[in-house]
Amino acid sequence: MTRVPLSALAHGRSGDKGNHANVAVIAYTDAGFAWLREHLTAERVAAYFAPLGATKVERFEAANVRGLNFVLSDALAGGASTSLRTDTQGKTFALALLRMEVDAPSGVASAPRANPSL
Amino acid sequence: MRRVRVGNGCGFWGDSPDAPVRLADAGRLDYLTLEYLAELTMSILAVQRQKDAAAGFATDFPHVLGRLARALAEQPQLKIITNAGGMNPHGCAAKAKDVLAQAGLGSRRVGVVSGDDLMPRLDELIAAGHTLNHLDTGEPLAAVRDRVVSANAYLGAAPIVEALRLGADVVVTGRVADASLTVAPAAHEFGWDFADLDRLAAATVAGHLIECGAQATGGLWVDADDATHLETVGYPIADLAADGTFTVTKPDGTGGVVNVAALAEQLLYEVADPARYFTPDVVADFTTVQLRQAGPGVVAVTGGTGRGVTDTYKVSAAYRDGYMAAGTLTIAGPHAAAKARRSGDIMLDRLRQAGFTFAHSLVETIGAGACVPGVVTAAGDPPEVVLRVAVRDPRRAAVERFAREFAPLVTSGYAGTTGYTTGRPPVREVFAYWPALVAKSAVEAKAEVLS
Repeated sequence: MTRVPLSALAHGRSGDKGNHANVAVIAYTDAGFAWLREHLTAERVAAYFAPLGATKVERFEAANVRGLNFVLSDALAGGASTSLRTDTQGKTFALALLRMEVDAPSGVASAPRANPSL
Repeated sequence: MRRVRVGNGCGFWGDSPDAPVRLADAGRLDYLTLEYLAELTMSILAVQRQKDAAAGFATDFPHVLGRLARALAEQPQLKIITNAGGMNPHGCAAKAKDVLAQAGLGSRRVGVVSGDDLMPRLDELIAAGHTLNHLDTGEPLAAVRDRVVSANAYLGAAPIVEALRLGADVVVTGRVADASLTVAPAAHEFGWDFADLDRLAAATVAGHLIECGAQATGGLWVDADDATHLETVGYPIADLAADGTFTVTKPDGTGGVVNVAALAEQLLYEVADPARYFTPDVVADFTTVQLRQAGPGVVAVTGGTGRGVTDTYKVSAAYRDGYMAAGTLTIAGPHAAAKARRSGDIMLDRLRQAGFTFAHSLVETIGAGACVPGVVTAAGDPPEVVLRVAVRDPRRAAVERFAREFAPLVTSGYAGTTGYTTGRPPVREVFAYWPALVAKSAVEAKAEVLS
C-alpha cells in the first residue's frame, strides 16, 4: 500500500446542473477502476465534500470509460443564478476530489497514463 | 459511404470569436453549429427584449456570421445551425438575413425555429393544469408567477430538421437542447425516423461531446500541458455515418488533443445518471458508448443506445430574486489570509453600523482555499490573497451601499491592502433558476423559412 493523491489513479471533470454538481472520476487503468469502484464510495465522497453542505451524494458507474460519476445535490449554494461563491458551477470540484489522499496498492497507484496525448 | 461532418465553433456566449471562422475555413464541414445559451442567458435576454422589442438574441452571432461570409461563399454546401435566437429568434433571423444580403449571399435562406417561449402563454398553461413544478422542490411556478421573466421549453431536433427540409441554409433557434443542434443535421441528411432511438442516441452522444466546443479537444483536460498547445486549440468535429457511428476529430495542424481520456471526461460532463441522459429527442444511455483511438487526432465512437422517449420537455424558467454584487481587494503580507477574512468582516460590520444587513453575504479569501470552501485549504501562509466579498439582498439600494464599502479599506484597513483598481463593483439583478417539466403536447414547435 502506498499513500497517494487520487490524481495518481484517475483524472476527471466536474460541472453543474442548477444547484447540483457532478464530479466524474475516471481511472487511468482497469486495475485503478476496480480499486475505485470498491473504495471510492458515495459515503466517502460525501464525507470529503461535507463542508459544501450537499443534501445527498449519489454514485453512478460508467464502466465503459472506467468512470464513476458523483452527483452532489444542492452543493452549489444556489447554483450559477444565485450563488455568491467564486466557483458558482462546481468547475473545480473534480480537481479538489483528485487531491484526496488514498491508500492504494502500489501497482494501482503508479499506473502509467493510459491515454497519452497524440 | 456518405458521411456528415458537423463542427461546433462556439460552446457558449463569450467563447472565442475567431473559432467559428477558423473551423469553417479548415474543417471541411457540412454543418457548423454555434451554441450560445447557458441556463441563465435567457433571463438576461428576456429583460433586454422587454426594453427593446428588436433585442433579446445573442448579438455576437450576426458579427460572427459576417465574418463567416467568405467561408459560406467558398463552400456552398456549408450550413449553419445556431440557438443564437434566444428570446427573439425572428429578430435574430432577420438580422442574419441582412448580414447575408450585405455579404452578397442574399440567396441563402434563413430558417427560424420558435415555439419554445412559454411566457406569452404562461397563465393559460397554468390555468390548464401545467403547474410547472420546480424539479427539486416540487413547488408550483405560481408561487413566483409575478416575478417570472422567462420560461422556455427545450425543443428537440425535429423542428430544426423541418427548417432544413424547407431549404434553410442558416437555422436560427430559440431554446433547443444543445445536443439537438447536432442530432438535427444527421437526422435530416440520413433521413432518420424519430422512432429510431439508437441512431438518435448515437447522434446525441456526438452532440453532447462537441456542444462545449474546445472542452472536447483538450480544453479542461486534466492532463493538458505545454505539449497540448491550447494556444492554437482546434474546435471539435463529429464526422457521422448513417448508422450513427462517428469519429471525433479537429482541423489538421491545430493545437489541442483528440484522445479517449479528454473525451471520456466530456462524456460525463454535466451528466447525472450516465445510463439515462434526457434530451427532447431520446433518453440516451452513455454507458454503452465505446471510445477508441482510431489514429492520431481521431477517436471512433460507437454504441450509444436509446432507452426511450419522454412525453415532457424540460423547461428553464427564471424569476427576479433581488440584487447582488461582489468585489475584491488584495491583501499582502504576513497572515494575509487571516487579515483578508477579518477585513471582510470589518466591511460587513461597518455596513451593519450604517443600518444595512444583508439577506446573504459571503467572505472569501482567494488563494487560501475559496473555490471549494472548507475542503481544500492553503497549507502555509501565502504571500497575498484576494479578498472577495459578495452580498445578495432584495433591496437594490442596500446592495449599492455595499458596493461603496470596498474603497475605504484601502486607508482604514490592514497594512498590505491594495488592488482597488477596478472601481466599485457593479450591482446586478438576480434571476433565479426554476427548472420544470411540461407536457410535450402543450408545446407547439414551429419551423419556417424567411421569404
